[in-house]
Amino acid sequence: MALDTIAPLAEETRPTRVRESQLHLMWRRFRRHQLAFVSLWIVVAFYLVAVFAEFLAPTDPGAYSARYTYAPPQGIHFFVSDENGWHFQPHVNGYTTEIDRKAMRRTFVVDSEVVIPVRFFAPSEPYLLAGFIPMSIKFIGVENPRDPFYILGADRLGRDMLSRLIHGTRISLSVGLAGVTLSLFFGIIIGGFAGFYGGWFDGAVMRVVEFIRSMPTIPLWMGLAAAMPKDWSALQTYFAITIILSLIGWTELARVVRGRFLSLRTEDFVTAAQLDGASDWRIITRHMVPSFSSHIIAAATLAIPGMILAETALSFLGLGLQAPIVSWGTLLQEAQNIRTLATAPWLLAPGICVVVVILSLNFFGDGLRDAADPHGR
Amino acid sequence: MLRFAINRLIAMVLILWAVSFVAFAIIQLPPGDYLTTYVATLSANGDRVDPAAIDALRRQYGFGEPYIVQYWKWITGILLRGDFGQSFEWKAQVTDLIWGRLGNSILVEGLAVILTWLVALPIGIYSAVRKYSLGDYLATVGGFIGLAIPNFFFALILMYLSFVWFGANIGGLFSPEFENARWSLPRIWDFVSHAWAPILVLSLSGTAELIRILRANLLDELKKPYVTTARAKGLSEFRTIIKYPVRVALNPLVSTLGWLLPALVSSSVIVSVVLNLPTAGPMLLRSLTSQDMYLAGAIILLLGVLTVIGTLVSDLLLAWLDPRIRYGGK
Repeated sequence: MALDTIAPLAEETRPTRVRESQLHLMWRRFRRHQLAFVSLWIVVAFYLVAVFAEFLAPTDPGAYSARYTYAPPQGIHFFVSDENGWHFQPHVNGYTTEIDRKAMRRTFVVDSEVVIPVRFFAPSEPYLLAGFIPMSIKFIGVENPRDPFYILGADRLGRDMLSRLIHGTRISLSVGLAGVTLSLFFGIIIGGFAGFYGGWFDGAVMRVVEFIRSMPTIPLWMGLAAAMPKDWSALQTYFAITIILSLIGWTELARVVRGRFLSLRTEDFVTAAQLDGASDWRIITRHMVPSFSSHIIAAATLAIPGMILAETALSFLGLGLQAPIVSWGTLLQEAQNIRTLATAPWLLAPGICVVVVILSLNFFGDGLRDAADPHGR
Repeated sequence: MLRFAINRLIAMVLILWAVSFVAFAIIQLPPGDYLTTYVATLSANGDRVDPAAIDALRRQYGFGEPYIVQYWKWITGILLRGDFGQSFEWKAQVTDLIWGRLGNSILVEGLAVILTWLVALPIGIYSAVRKYSLGDYLATVGGFIGLAIPNFFFALILMYLSFVWFGANIGGLFSPEFENARWSLPRIWDFVSHAWAPILVLSLSGTAELIRILRANLLDELKKPYVTTARAKGLSEFRTIIKYPVRVALNPLVSTLGWLLPALVSSSVIVSVVLNLPTAGPMLLRSLTSQDMYLAGAIILLLGVLTVIGTLVSDLLLAWLDPRIRYGGK
């Protein structure tokens, strides 16, 4: 009876506590980092492009047209002027061909007289979005499918660069993600054991990590990638490349995980849990992992650029993903010699994508790491 | 110091052994063995295959015997006779093929290391001393971009720009007439006019990283009381900074060789392919695609050995510079 009357009183006199979860605090700290915040949105945008590749790409990445070999970028325009003045009509310009007598070569010139109307949400051939959602509408397309539509230009076989770039985004970004996931898996298990139990196992793991990190990676990757049988299917090569990349990628993450475990092992709250008689498993999963998981996520984010760079480099050399698969690396492979570059500099576009994605992932990861640091400002 | 050096030397021998094992594993990876491929190529070309010669080769390399026996034959051949095996594509001893290429690799990579330091040092000091100035921001932004551009992409851009602006095709290390000439003043000049591009490309990411490290270290040092003391004693600002904090902040510069070298060797392989340099890189790529495994294994082994030795040199230099490292471990 007495308790009933006292309880609400105690509730009122207690100062109102604002409870914020660790995640909430991190998010607030992260938002203050403007560059990291902008980068986050750029990264999200790229991954959205990767997910909706079929919808966003105007044409099939393999569709070729011998008539438009190395057609230059058309660009996209939104207004046309006629006798009634300016009005809104998205369009691209057609081409006129000129014969270069000296080089004995056909060159295309974008002809601003020819207006090819462009439609958003244009109907198209039926296709499967992300492999299972049937759709028959594209984000952008020309009214008459026979008209040339090369916003970013065409390659050697007259394939649309933009469509290939969009499909390449899917492969390149997912290789990075898959590689990091696999590395994280090995890194957490191996680094966790080494850090928590220490002893000879820790010593052995650290020697192996140091050894792998002191080796030049590209020759190693090249050796491993070259050993892949040539008759493997696209999917098999894709997974093989992911595994090859994470064979070296796990070392960095294992080092980070181990370091965290080591520094936390002597913290007071862990000792307290041990004295309470908690099992190792409970200490690891309930006390230690929550206090460093955000840090690990930041480290994993910072590992993605390395994976993307490695895949691009290997595919560029012709040892990674092979031709029917479109990735940024295989696209850049087309731009390997100076003659091609001089005729079609727009083939370098995938490289610009690589730089932008790597930059934003780095900024994003840096911001995340700062935000995850509980001792930070 | 001697004890430290001996410890490091023992560690290095162990690492070298591990490197050789990895290189040999890569030789063994492709399905089928090298002799089968060799015989197949010979027959395909219509050459008559001499069974006795093949049998001799088979015995020499220990094909069909256990892995460890083959490894033993391979590694003793290298250590005792300097015999890295045969390159079936070039029909020559691997030894005759690789040394010139490796020499070029070392030359280009060494110059890239020097350029990295030469550029990173003043910029790093400047951006720490003039923190948050326009120059500092430029260096930071430039550094981030330098880290984000893949080396081979930078090489492609340089190639394109120099073609468009100067009509020149950069690539290679020498003009044809100097390819096999002896070193002389014109040949050095020819080398410089070719090599600036790869050296620039290779030093880019290392420079960016080094500026970041140097700046962070120097910022820590500049806050310390001994800097204030030096200033209070009336030293000029320039002398204060150069004589004390920079010297402390320089230590990491030496230790950077440890991580700079593996990255540099890595990227030089791919940059050499793009710029068509006569270094070990393109040869490695070619040997891997044609499954010329003894040549590939030798190149991977030697690149690894080079890196390990470079790291050892930087460790020893660091210990010599910094007593904390010499005695700290013990």
